[in-house]
Amino acid sequence: MAIEIPRIPLGDWIETGLSWLTTEYSAVTRGISRITQTGIDGLNDALMWLPDWALLLIIAGLCWKMASPRLAIGAVLGLGLIWNLDLWDPMIETLTLVVIATLVAVVIALPVGIAAALSDRLYRLIMPVLDFMQTMPAFVYLIPAIPFFGIGSVSAIFATVIFSMPPAIRFTTLGIRQVPVELIEAADAYGATRGQKLVKVQLPLSLPTVMAGINQTIMLALSMVVIAAMIGADGLGSEVWRAIQRLRPGDGFEAGIAVVILAMLLDRLTQSLRKERKQ
Amino acid sequence: MSENRSVKIKVRGLSKVFGDQPKKALKLRDEGLKRPEILDKTGQTLGLSNIDFDVHEGELLVIMGLSGSGKSTLIRCLNRLIEPTEGEIIIDGEDIPQLSDKALLECRRRHFSMVFQNFALFPHRTVQQNAEFGLEIRGIDADTRAKTARDALTQVGLNGWEDAYPNQLSGGMQQRVGLARALANDSTVLLMDEAFSALDPLIRKDMQQELLELQHRMKKTTVFITHDLDEALNIGDRIVLLKDGEVVQIGTPEEILTKPADDYVERFIEGVDMSRVLTAESAMRPVRATAREDDGPRTALRKMKENAMDSIYVTSRDRKLKGLVEADAANSAIQSGQDRLDSVMTQDFRTVGPDEPLHNLFALFNEKSFPIAVIDDERRLLGVVVKGAVLDELAQAGDH
Repeated sequence: MAIEIPRIPLGDWIETGLSWLTTEYSAVTRGISRITQTGIDGLNDALMWLPDWALLLIIAGLCWKMASPRLAIGAVLGLGLIWNLDLWDPMIETLTLVVIATLVAVVIALPVGIAAALSDRLYRLIMPVLDFMQTMPAFVYLIPAIPFFGIGSVSAIFATVIFSMPPAIRFTTLGIRQVPVELIEAADAYGATRGQKLVKVQLPLSLPTVMAGINQTIMLALSMVVIAAMIGADGLGSEVWRAIQRLRPGDGFEAGIAVVILAMLLDRLTQSLRKERKQ
Repeated sequence: MSENRSVKIKVRGLSKVFGDQPKKALKLRDEGLKRPEILDKTGQTLGLSNIDFDVHEGELLVIMGLSGSGKSTLIRCLNRLIEPTEGEIIIDGEDIPQLSDKALLECRRRHFSMVFQNFALFPHRTVQQNAEFGLEIRGIDADTRAKTARDALTQVGLNGWEDAYPNQLSGGMQQRVGLARALANDSTVLLMDEAFSALDPLIRKDMQQELLELQHRMKKTTVFITHDLDEALNIGDRIVLLKDGEVVQIGTPEEILTKPADDYVERFIEGVDMSRVLTAESAMRPVRATAREDDGPRTALRKMKENAMDSIYVTSRDRKLKGLVEADAANSAIQSGQDRLDSVMTQDFRTVGPDEPLHNLFALFNEKSFPIAVIDDERRLLGVVVKGAVLDELAQAGDH
């Protein structure tokens, strides 16, 4: 009696689609690849060119100025530990990936977020896509990244951007939509154009929320950049990955602690940026 | 007086339906159905129905009604923050509902400045930057707008606060910023949407007084929305009374109080209309200055100037009322070399006893609005009643 229901070849379709994209747009992906690689190398070289102690002092100084002396002391101790554990260079590589991925994500997310805030139709279209992007297990993005961009850091950036972008879009949209209607009405009453409303009222008032979104994006980017070691991204993640393969828990935890220190510094720094704006 | 003024905004047949089938709702309205029935039948809310009124150049017109009367909708239709469904709103020859988007922006910038109930100040801008907002939108250069905004802030008594942020100010001060933002813009019409309703009563009285003074100085055409009859009576040159989206009565405060158009208005002013129990004595103010019989015209004129009066009562030594001299008359007496007051004295004023019921006083104010003289049995001058004081007294009585 059992009726034979054929299995839907969903996976096949996706693969066909992906391989079509890879061959059709190979020029585009190669271009992106080259540009991104140049960016990564450039930033990495710049950070490496500075003596370790100089960079450490710069970061501590930033913490002092933007947050608190306490954070500056924490930065010196934490970064000093990383340096002492011989994880300085991988830490710089990870930082580079995070910075580049966040920049790309924010550059895409801001206009998309603004557009979604201003158009209900776009909003309804984008929100499910964001849900999809965020709930899909992060590893899955690594697989199509390889045919597009090959093994290495560019693929890591690609997967990281996709994974970390949604909060920046969401918070931008939320921030703009949360601007009180009376203020929009006031701007309208004085004859503001859409552009004037956006620049003079909506964006400045949504800034704290947008910054919270960027903070989230940075945190997600950091976690993804570590995972991306599986497809050959350099940095602290690859230290962890190597430790797993060699079954050396000590090494793994050392690198893990370095990730935690980096995460806390980035988080506190971007949060202080947000608070400063609020006042 | 106001009838002679030119019309600044002419509103004719203005209606607003909230809902997606406005035609259907208006058709039922034309068949004579009222708001609740239309809502039942079509699910459409008839916000405003067939509103006609004029706003005269330089007057302070109050639109007053209870919540749900459509007053907020009405003021927002004027600058199209809400799109009217049908009708004309003509300002300087332009029909606002017909304007293109671009022309509408231009119209809002040139003609309308709005003051809001909840102030609607921009929290990320300083007081100065808030006051500059309208000018900035219009693309006025930075120096001019800084100066204009500072002047406007001075007008409302906020100099020294330019660099503060709105959240550092009290409610009353915040609304002054709102007012300065509107004044700086120098538009032709000021729209005030329940502008003082969020303020506590004492501050509100002060603000009303200041608005009246500003209005007196600048003669700015103002449309003021309120749900508060006291406020309407206190500040309005004329009042448009709204009920359920329709105009019930248009008139001066006196007309509304003395000749209510229907039961609704009558019930409305019941609380206020204490004029039958109040007397001239209660609204009477002491005379700021009187001229003596044997004063010359120069002395009389000086007394008037010192006290900012247009006319002065003349009394004998034992304070008995002899007559009234106008500033103009005193002037011409000086010019023609007369040195006696009695030649230019007039008897064209009204006197009442202290027990005169207040509602009888309205009719006594003649065109020149001389203060009414309150005298005792022996014609001694006890005090004067000015027009505004009658309304004030009535309004205050309405509170209790």
